Amino acid sequence: MAVKQLSVFIENRRGMLVEVTEALASAKIDIRALALAETPDYGILRLIVSDTDKALEVIRATGRTVSVNNMLGVRISDRPGGLAEALKILTDNGIDVDYMYAFIAETGDQANVVLRVADTKKAERTLSDTGFDLIN
Amino acid sequence: MNKKYWQEEIETASREEITALQTERLQETVKRVYEKVDLYRKRMDAAGVRPEDIKTLDDLKRLPFTSKQDLRDTYPYGMFAVPLTDVVRLHASSGTTGKQIVVGYTKHDLEVWDNILARQFTAAGIGKEDFIHIAFGYGLFTGGFGVHGGAQKVGATVIPVSTGNTERQLTIMQDFGSTALCCTPSYAMYLAETATAEGVVDKLKLRTGIFGAEPWTEEMRRQIESMLHIKAYDVYGLTEVMGPGVAYECEAQNGMHVNEDHFIIEIIDPETGEPLPNGTPGEIVYTTLTKEAFPVIRYRTRDIGTITHEKCECGRTFVRMSKPRGRTDDMLIIRGVNVFPSQIETVLINLGYTPNYQIIVDRVNNLDTFEVKVELTDDNFEDSVTALARREKAITEAMRSLLGIGPKVTLVNPRSIERSEGKARRVIDKRHLHD
Repeated sequence: MAVKQLSVFIENRRGMLVEVTEALASAKIDIRALALAETPDYGILRLIVSDTDKALEVIRATGRTVSVNNMLGVRISDRPGGLAEALKILTDNGIDVDYMYAFIAETGDQANVVLRVADTKKAERTLSDTGFDLIN
Repeated sequence: MNKKYWQEEIETASREEITALQTERLQETVKRVYEKVDLYRKRMDAAGVRPEDIKTLDDLKRLPFTSKQDLRDTYPYGMFAVPLTDVVRLHASSGTTGKQIVVGYTKHDLEVWDNILARQFTAAGIGKEDFIHIAFGYGLFTGGFGVHGGAQKVGATVIPVSTGNTERQLTIMQDFGSTALCCTPSYAMYLAETATAEGVVDKLKLRTGIFGAEPWTEEMRRQIESMLHIKAYDVYGLTEVMGPGVAYECEAQNGMHVNEDHFIIEIIDPETGEPLPNGTPGEIVYTTLTKEAFPVIRYRTRDIGTITHEKCECGRTFVRMSKPRGRTDDMLIIRGVNVFPSQIETVLINLGYTPNYQIIVDRVNNLDTFEVKVELTDDNFEDSVTALARREKAITEAMRSLLGIGPKVTLVNPRSIERSEGKARRVIDKRHLHD
C-alpha cells in the first residue's frame, strides 16, 4: 500500500550528492521525487525511485547507510486549500507529521504528497475513508 | 582430543616452586646483564646495587627501571647480551611513537617463544586438528612470525596469510577451512563486518580467535564473538619483552596468565615508581628471566593494568594480568581530563554502535576541541534528523558521565573511518604538544 522511500545518510562533504545521483543514473534508475534534510554535519536524502530494491543495492555499494521506509502517499487536488484539508483530517485524528514533501503528479491537476507519520496504516485508513486518493 | 595444558608441570606449579625458580633465574639474569650490557652495569653502579645484592624477589625493586628511551639510545645493538653470532633473528618495533628499536633472539629464545605461544594455543583449545589463519603482519613486527612459531609447535596447519586484502582473506578462510584466526582485534572486527556484509559468516569454519597487539575492551570481545560465532582470546606481549605470548588467556577468559617461568610482572605507580598492591591499577613493568639475546630489567611498558593471584578455574597457577586499559602514551589529556580510547570504545559498544571510532583532538584559541567520529550502521540509522541528533546527544552525554567531558559526536558512513589492516588509528591529535 504505502510508498517506498529510500533514506540515505549523507556526510556533509563536497560531492556527496553527485556520487549518489550518479550511481543511480548509471544503474538507469529514475528519481521520481526527492527531498534533502540538512544539519550542519550531515543530511538525509530522501528518494522515491523507479526501482527501490535496485537503488538500495546501488547506494549501499557506494558505502552509505541507507534504509527503506514506508511513507504515506496521498493525492490532493492542485488548488488553494487542497493540502490544508488533508492535514486537518490527520491532525483531527491525532496523527502527527514528522516531515513531508510534494511533487506535481503526471496529470497536472493533482499534487502528490509524501508524508512521514507515526502510524502510516492508520493515516491511510483515515484519508481513504474521507475520500482521498492514496498513492501506491 | 587436544591437551589441556602444553607444559602442565610448570603451568600448574605451586607458588613456592615458581618463586624458587624465579629467584634463581633473576639472580642469573642480573649477573649476566651486569657483565654484558654497559647500560645495566652503569645504572646499577649508580644505584649502588651489585648482582649479589639480589637475594630474594623482593630485591627486584632495588634495580633501576629500563625505559623505551634507553632502548632507543642504545640502538641498534647496545642492549644485546650475547655476541651477534649467537643471534638468529631480529625484530623491530614499528617506530610509530618515535625512533624504532631492534631486538634479537637466540635459538633458545625462539624455542621459549614457540613454547609460550603453544601454551596460549593449547589454553584456547587449539591443536593439531586446527587450521590457524595468521593475519598478523609477517616481517619485522613480532606478531606474524611470533604466533607462527607457536602455531607450528602445537602441530596445527598454519596458514601464513599476513595482513591485507580482506576479500582474499575471506576467500582463503572459506576455501582452506580456517578454524582459528590470529590478528589484531580491530582487524578481526573489520573481517567480521565484511563477512557479515557479504553474508559469508556461515560459510566460515572459524571457532576460535586469538587477538592482540593493541588494547581492546571486553565489549569488543563480545561483539567479535557474536559476529563471527567464535570464542575470542586475548594475548599480551610487546616487542621489547618478547613479542606476543608474554601473557596468555585460558578458557576462563578472565585475565591473562603471565608466563612466570620466563617473566616477572610488577605493577607500579607511574609517577613515583613504587610497586602497587595486587588489584590496584598501575603501570605494568616486566623483567625477563630466560631471555639470552635481549634481556630486559624492569622494563616500563607504559601499559596500564592490574594483576591478581586469585586461583583460576583452569588450574593454572601463573598470576593473571588484566586486559590493559591502554597505554600511558595512548592516554589523552583533554582540557585537563585523562581520556583513554578504551573508555570511548566501551561507551559506544554499550550504546549499540560498532567499535569503529576516531578521536580527533585539536586546539583552537587555546582551548582543546574534542570530537569523536562514530560509524553508523543500517541498524542504528534513522530516517529523522531529530532522531539522529538525539543519538549524537546520547553518545555525548554517556561519554560526559564517564569522562567528565563530552565530545562533539559526528556520525559518519559505515566502514568509512580509515583503518589500517594492522593497528587501528584511533586518535588524531592535532595539537602537536610533544613536538
